[in-house]
Amino acid sequence: MLYLDKVNYIYQKGTAMEMPALHDVSIEIRDGEFIGVIGHTGSGKSTLIQHLNGLVKPTSGNIYYNGRDIWDEDFSRKELRTKVGLVFQYPEYQLFETTVEKDVEFGPTNMKLPKLEVQMRAFEALKTVGIGEDLYDVSPFDLSGGQKRRVAIAGILAMRPEVIVLDEPTAGLDPCGRDEILEAIARIRKERNITVVLVSHSMEDVARYVDRLIVMDHGMVKFDGPTKEVFQNYEELEKIGLAAPQVTYLTAALMKKGVPLPGIATTVEEAKEMLKAVTGAR
Amino acid sequence: MLRDITLGQYYPTDSVIHRLDPRVKLTATLLFIVSMFLFHSFLGYAVAGICLAVVIVISHVPFRFMMKGLKTIWFLLIFTMIFNIFLTDGTILFQWKFIKISQEGLLTAAFMGLRLFFLIIGSSLMTLTTTPNQLTTGMETGLRWMKVIHVPVHEIAMMMSIALRFIPILMEETDKIMKAQQARGADFEEGKLMDRVRALVPVFVPLFVSAFRRANELAMAMEARCYRGDNGRTSMKPLKYAARDGIAYVIMVLFLVLIVFTDKIAALIF
Ligand SMILES: Nc1ncnc2c1ncn2[C@@H]1O[C@H](COP(=O)(O)OP(=O)(O)OP(=O)(O)O)[C@@H](O)[C@H]1O
Ligand SMILES: [Mg+2]
Repeated sequence: MLYLDKVNYIYQKGTAMEMPALHDVSIEIRDGEFIGVIGHTGSGKSTLIQHLNGLVKPTSGNIYYNGRDIWDEDFSRKELRTKVGLVFQYPEYQLFETTVEKDVEFGPTNMKLPKLEVQMRAFEALKTVGIGEDLYDVSPFDLSGGQKRRVAIAGILAMRPEVIVLDEPTAGLDPCGRDEILEAIARIRKERNITVVLVSHSMEDVARYVDRLIVMDHGMVKFDGPTKEVFQNYEELEKIGLAAPQVTYLTAALMKKGVPLPGIATTVEEAKEMLKAVTGAR
Repeated sequence: MLRDITLGQYYPTDSVIHRLDPRVKLTATLLFIVSMFLFHSFLGYAVAGICLAVVIVISHVPFRFMMKGLKTIWFLLIFTMIFNIFLTDGTILFQWKFIKISQEGLLTAAFMGLRLFFLIIGSSLMTLTTTPNQLTTGMETGLRWMKVIHVPVHEIAMMMSIALRFIPILMEETDKIMKAQQARGADFEEGKLMDRVRALVPVFVPLFVSAFRRANELAMAMEARCYRGDNGRTSMKPLKYAARDGIAYVIMVLFLVLIVFTDKIAALIF
């Protein structure tokens, strides 16, 4: 379990270019949750998630992992990073090895695991993200953008983290590739019962996959609650430059017109069920 | 950590010095550097120091900020001074086996240190108050006459401004890649020297790849906008001298006269 207590962060503190990025952020991440983080560009999402595995040190405030302050003297942040796997925005730019397999093995090798275990984990991770065996010995620089992205995600999965944090894993991918990556993540979450934090700009993706939604605005937590409840505030979301899924607007408009729906829907399937129930009753 | 280097960095605020024409600031810096070799007396150092202090105050750049940038240069400064202390002959003040400290040595070291210090502060004052863009425009415009002797002034200026523009980008990129590899368990702080060198491979490979990609993209973008060097190229904000620039030139001349004059007087008195 991860717990952030009144975390503040200022970039380049003490220079002329000081830039406050987080303000009094308090969040509790419980085991097994599927959390979405949304927010306008520059609202501090990437900064926030880099706190989760101790890559940046909060200017003030504390972060606890299973009850221990991660910035304690004797706390191993190197070990924490294998427990909380962080996939950066555009992770394909961090590939460096000569072959795909070796690149995915980088993480588990750093964990000083036996060679065989390392290899096994790499194969498993690559299979999870849908990279075929024929690509294992190819240079990662020869892959397509979407394939590179998958390999980079596999590099984190191979460490078998308990919490996996993904910063816009689907940015710049085609709809098909997007669904495949998100499905893979949802699948391993179920299989291994891990915690997932997903940063996304796509309201549709968020509505479809996550159970709990955190909305960031100017470095502050604006909303934090079950996805559906947060989308009830779609008017306020618009004020901070966000939006609800398209079907939420549709169902809201229908309700205004007098269609007796039980509430707003956030996914197409949900709206379908609602409409079926309403029209069936008539 | 990489961001701590303030040398050559721009400090954004508003002051007369910031608003001066970059050509003026370039000339002034050059003059100041030359003037450092025009005097040898204590009085000369005092005059130069006071003038520098006045300019710093007018520039609104906090002195503390400047000193932070010097961190990397202290080593050079101290090294020079130590060499001067021990290797200058003269009246011996202190001797232990082959180590000798002379009066002249101490004096030369102090003056040498001060001179270096002035040089560094003086030139960083220019970069602190001038954006890299202004600086290269200033150089290009100020040195245009050199085209007559076939110096590719425009190309050099363009290369400089691109290089300067890329420094912060590459620094940010390095930071990001280091973090991304740390998230995969890379360790840059521990281990033997060889391990640490090896730990840099996962940083440098992606960094080079991205630098080449960016260079390629930039070249494409320039090509797409029909860049063909200097030919018929005009500037959106051509440099124009204002009254304050004239005043600045006059002050520079006065400063030179003052420095030479005080040195002569000091020579007469002492
Ligand atoms: N390395 C940095 N140095 C200085 N300021 C930074 C740095 N990184 C981010 N910032 C600033 O911090 C704020 C938050 O940035 P952050 O990257 O966390 O936003 P974000 O929500 O991830 O945005 P996006 O959706 O575009 O990825 C922004 O105002 C940004 O300008
Ligand atoms: Mg971001």
